[in-house]
Amino acid sequence: MIVRVLDIGIAGLLLGGIYALIAVGLTLQYGVARVLNIAHGEFIMIGAFITWSLYIIFGINPLLSLAICGPAIFTIGFLLYRTLFRRLRISSASPAAFEGSSMLACFGLLFIIQNLAILIWGADIKGYSYLAFPIRFWGQTFAANRLITLGFALAIGLIFYFFLTWSRLGKAIRAAAQDAAAAELMGINIDQVLALCFGFGALMAGLGGTLLSMSYKIQPTMGLEYTVIALIVIVLGGLGSIPGSFIGGLLLGLVGSIVTYIQPGLSLVAYYLLFMLLLLAKPTGILGK
Amino acid sequence: MPVLEGKGLTKYFGGLVAVSNVDLHVDEGEIVGLIGPNGAGKTTLFNLISGALPLRSGTILFKGQKISGLKPYEICRRGVARTFQSIKVFPDMSALQNVLLGSYFGVSPGMSSMEALREAKEILEFMGLSASSATRARDLTLASQKRLEVARALATKPQLLLIDEMMAGLNPTEVAQAIELVSSIRKNGITIIMIEHVMKAIMNVCERIIVLHHGQKIAEGTPQEIVSSETVIKLYLGERARAAS
Amino acid sequence: MDIARVISKRSSALWAPFLILILLASLPLCAPQYTIILLTTIFMYIVITVSWTMFSGPTGYISLAPAAFFGVGVYTSALLGLVLPLPAIIGIGGLASFCLALFVGALTLRLRGTYFVMFTFGLVELLLHFVLWWEVNITGTTGRVVPTVNNTKVFYFMLIIFVILMFALYTIRGSRFGLALEAIGQNEDAAAHTGVNVTMVKVITFAISAFFMGAAGALMATRWTYIDPKIAFNPLLSFMPVLMAIFGGMGQLYGPIIGAAIFAYLEEFLITRFPYYYMLIFGTIMVIAIVYMPEGLVGLIRRLLKSSTEGRHART
Repeated sequence: MIVRVLDIGIAGLLLGGIYALIAVGLTLQYGVARVLNIAHGEFIMIGAFITWSLYIIFGINPLLSLAICGPAIFTIGFLLYRTLFRRLRISSASPAAFEGSSMLACFGLLFIIQNLAILIWGADIKGYSYLAFPIRFWGQTFAANRLITLGFALAIGLIFYFFLTWSRLGKAIRAAAQDAAAAELMGINIDQVLALCFGFGALMAGLGGTLLSMSYKIQPTMGLEYTVIALIVIVLGGLGSIPGSFIGGLLLGLVGSIVTYIQPGLSLVAYYLLFMLLLLAKPTGILGK
Repeated sequence: MPVLEGKGLTKYFGGLVAVSNVDLHVDEGEIVGLIGPNGAGKTTLFNLISGALPLRSGTILFKGQKISGLKPYEICRRGVARTFQSIKVFPDMSALQNVLLGSYFGVSPGMSSMEALREAKEILEFMGLSASSATRARDLTLASQKRLEVARALATKPQLLLIDEMMAGLNPTEVAQAIELVSSIRKNGITIIMIEHVMKAIMNVCERIIVLHHGQKIAEGTPQEIVSSETVIKLYLGERARAAS
Repeated sequence: MDIARVISKRSSALWAPFLILILLASLPLCAPQYTIILLTTIFMYIVITVSWTMFSGPTGYISLAPAAFFGVGVYTSALLGLVLPLPAIIGIGGLASFCLALFVGALTLRLRGTYFVMFTFGLVELLLHFVLWWEVNITGTTGRVVPTVNNTKVFYFMLIIFVILMFALYTIRGSRFGLALEAIGQNEDAAAHTGVNVTMVKVITFAISAFFMGAAGALMATRWTYIDPKIAFNPLLSFMPVLMAIFGGMGQLYGPIIGAAIFAYLEEFLITRFPYYYMLIFGTIMVIAIVYMPEGLVGLIRRLLKSSTEGRHART
């Protein structure tokens, strides 16, 4: 019995690490840039497929792909904000109107990215095997790639947290999150900061995708599920809070592994139900203010 | 007999006290002025009476019946109407439609369309807005928009009208007109509480004035009493002004 | 002379829809089956888009629940198709969606804009995955067979639903209920303080719009013969009305109709041959419409007409 609990708990942690990482990306995009990026999962998918292609075609080590995917997807995100969302932000009558129209535009992006991916890679499920050998500790066996995934997810999150807290740019981002208009008056180039934020969000998603592809099957339609997971996590952890995203991510990972243990077919149903209950109960976040 | 009675009205925003243990009563047919510095809790008090915000503690009675805890539309249908400090007309509806909504949904919602239309037109006439009844509300001048808000409130057939800063931003002629309007509304038997910073208006129209400061009622009385009250002078002009006089 | 022109204009505005309607109703007598089927699909989209606009247009709440209401209608048809006659199924499908919308509306219509959008979208996915799980694990099936009805009959029923919808829309627009709805969209607080039971007006409108989506779903199921949760609760059906209404322009009643007609035709043309290209085009137009055409096609055309007539005036 205890072994079972431990098993479920560790499986939840491994899952939760990834959830946390992709939620950090979304919390940056929604919390600071005010874009509720429904296409967030598509950036994860793109990251996963680029990694897969590099590994299958060129034999490039997936961990090396982190350094390729990250900058590439960051650039896509940055440019998207500079062109599309900046224009929407300027033409919107109010912040609420911007939130609504930018979210709809993201739904449009979702269709574009997903179907481009299908045209490039086909609609089938794909996967590859990398570092899939077992590691034993606490009397349990784990696939090495899952442990590495968790390690990298935590490390990336930690690095980013320190970057936000201590760097000049990080402070500008946090100022913009509090009040974009005031930050602009203080001499912060708000367009640049928001675009960087959106780019960083995409970067997190891309890295998450690379890590995911090492231990899970991937397909072009996988994005939305991860978007919803990221949404639940930021609602759990409080919007805009990076530590909150991590706690929320690990919590959701646990919930996921418990439900999967009881009734595997219901894990998505449970996620959506949890999501909707959270929206009704406390949309500003359980751990938030 | 009091139309409105409030006992121990209290409201916090987070840890901040907005309204603290305020008692008030307003008699039928009175015009009561509500004054105090910015942030004193005047608009919050209106929001509590009209149901826009829930009370932390205390009760509000309207004609002897408890209205605290009711929804805004229920309070409106009991006969308490209000206007807003920041104008809240329906910008893309005509002036007539703005007022019609009040006739349709106010105290007597069962009215026939013809009757409601006739009444709405009368109210526009009374408020001096007949000429612009077909104009979209957003195209009206500031003074007209403020009058339209009062017209819409009147259309709900209230017994108590809460007017939140009707005179702010108006020129002297418009202020004079507004003062006249308020007096004639009262002549129609409607009790009024008004928040106002334009002292001339308050002193001319009100029979009684309540002064709020930091969410507390610090003085109450006739305009003459308030003008000569030491606490009020201290509050508005500061210690030195009192010393100099 | 001016009066004569006004009268003729008004009567033409009244007669034109009737003429079009009679023309459409007599179409099955001469047109090929293919045209009838295409028109049925076009009218299905028009019904969903117009009923979506009925609620979301004036209130500004973007609902992504159409697929949920449509799917409830589809499943009503699948469950009762053998037992009841078609009009009863359509009515029950509509009512089932109406009730679901009452419940969901009462729960959610106090949520802020973005949260409402997420919730309604979650609803579709929740129902989809729940029914999927239920069918596999409890009933042990994946799809269901729906008794077919001939194409002409389906076309006529869709036309009837459309006419009732337009009638309901006009009745609401001219009523005090419609005035209250418009007021809520422009300033919810002020409407509440003017005696409008804001929540009730919103919830009822939401439910009425869901009724028509459910009715359309119940009817369309008979044309598909085989349905499964992924067909019934296809999330795309939630996005279509949003896109169609935005693309057409929500300022005018005919904007959403034009938008729906264009997209339904485009879909028919592309989806069987190039499904992924279709979705790609769909997404691209969605982004372009949101960013560059805030007033939709109708608004765009109006602006162009206006600037061209102004140009002419300037020259003379």
